[in-house]
Amino acid sequence: MSGNMNLTLKVWRQKNDKTRGKFITYQANNISPDMSFLEMLDVVNEELVRKGEDPIHFDHDCREGICGMCSLHINGRPHGPKQGTTTCQLHMRSFHDGQTIVIEPWRAAAFPVIKDLAVDRSAFDRIQQAGGYINVNTGGVPDANSIPIPKVIADEAFESATCISCGACVAACKNASAMLFVSAKISQYALLPQGQTERYSRAQAMVAQMDAEGFGSCTNTGACEAECPVGIKLTNIARMNREYLTAKLFKEEEPH
Amino acid sequence: MSKSTHLFSSSLGKKLIMSLTGLFLCTFLIVHLIGNLQLFYDDQGKAFNDYAHFMTHFTPIRIVSYLLYASIVIHAVYALVLTINNRKARPVRYAAYEGSANSAWSSRNMGLLGTVLLVFIVTHMSNFWWKYHNDGVPYIEYRTDLTTQETTATELVGEEYTDYVKYVDNDIEILKAKDLYKQVQFTFQNWVLVAFYVIAMAALSFHLIHGFKSAFQTLGFDHQKYAPIIRFIGIWLFGVAIPIGFAAMPIYFYFFN
Repeated sequence: MSGNMNLTLKVWRQKNDKTRGKFITYQANNISPDMSFLEMLDVVNEELVRKGEDPIHFDHDCREGICGMCSLHINGRPHGPKQGTTTCQLHMRSFHDGQTIVIEPWRAAAFPVIKDLAVDRSAFDRIQQAGGYINVNTGGVPDANSIPIPKVIADEAFESATCISCGACVAACKNASAMLFVSAKISQYALLPQGQTERYSRAQAMVAQMDAEGFGSCTNTGACEAECPVGIKLTNIARMNREYLTAKLFKEEEPH
Repeated sequence: MSKSTHLFSSSLGKKLIMSLTGLFLCTFLIVHLIGNLQLFYDDQGKAFNDYAHFMTHFTPIRIVSYLLYASIVIHAVYALVLTINNRKARPVRYAAYEGSANSAWSSRNMGLLGTVLLVFIVTHMSNFWWKYHNDGVPYIEYRTDLTTQETTATELVGEEYTDYVKYVDNDIEILKAKDLYKQVQFTFQNWVLVAFYVIAMAALSFHLIHGFKSAFQTLGFDHQKYAPIIRFIGIWLFGVAIPIGFAAMPIYFYFFN
């Protein structure tokens, strides 16, 4: 087919987190510009399977930009050269015929490589489990509008809650910091009335777990915000700092 | 939700220290620049030398100056600790990394800029602070006729005179002080030092363009109404006006004095 592309891929191959990885070069021939990046990798993998070689492992699930499962550091940027998109929604028309594409996994001590391009992001789950929830007693369904919430607060909380936990913020950050993720998760509860009960213990617990997982610190470069596929904003980090410092400096942990 | 850790052992607590010490050092820069503008007076250094004595002998200012030295050390040590932790957070580097696609150069190189500034501070203090405090600076006598406002200056030779005095006698104001102004003139005859001072001020500019607004973000201060004011002050006062003001001093003494 005319308009199809031939590409050179430099792909990170690594057996598991105990072994050292290296780049292997593959040719991706006759790639349609309408394919997604993951479909292009599927084509390469089919070829590898036909040849009896080990296919390239990478994370994916919904392929609709919703689930946060796909990753990939493509030519030096998480989720590739486009802003506001996940790798599954990145199309091959963003590349040109003959281009060399370097594909790496998210690189962070807290995200050990499972195999090739797939990394273990369970550190995010543990941070979430440390406090990213609210305790509610189940019972009857409450009346609609029984808890009034100003629209600006509802909108902000909703924007924070759009985080899909893909880890692009960690991948983009020069310090492999998870602050954008953690701050979004803290914000969505800190803003809403339902989250007030555990507001300050949550901020402390989630930050403590973030540090324990071995993520870096924030240098306020803004790389995370620029690369976030769903547009989580830096103001979440400022809010997390407020929540955390308020908790540490002004809140009692025991009855006074 | 588990028991919390101590504030300053957390990543956010360390950033709080960076933020507060950094902002304190920023306020110092304003005072330091305004005071040193007296170097541009055409009075044979009288105002500057009198000011230098005041700044090194007035007790409240001496206390603040020790806080300042402590801030520099704490800011540098915490920066080092944070940098080591940040490096550990990414043991395997990227082969391809397009930092410029998503962040400003200064924000990614605060450590490099800070190292330049630390070397500068050591150089600067050994040029002036050390000499001033260790008798490396001779005394000068100013006699000002209070009716005509004419000043004559006489250098006091070597180690014969070592006492600050200021009094008025017969409408003649007599001031004897350490001639730090002379040391400034002498230091800035050296083009290598002049070039280094100017480069260091460029580093200061980039360090503060990112650092000033970053400090407020770390403190959790990010409001749509006031954040633009902070960014404006960070860029135009701390990134432009103050570094240019400081850089003008070595340039002025090298070319015009």
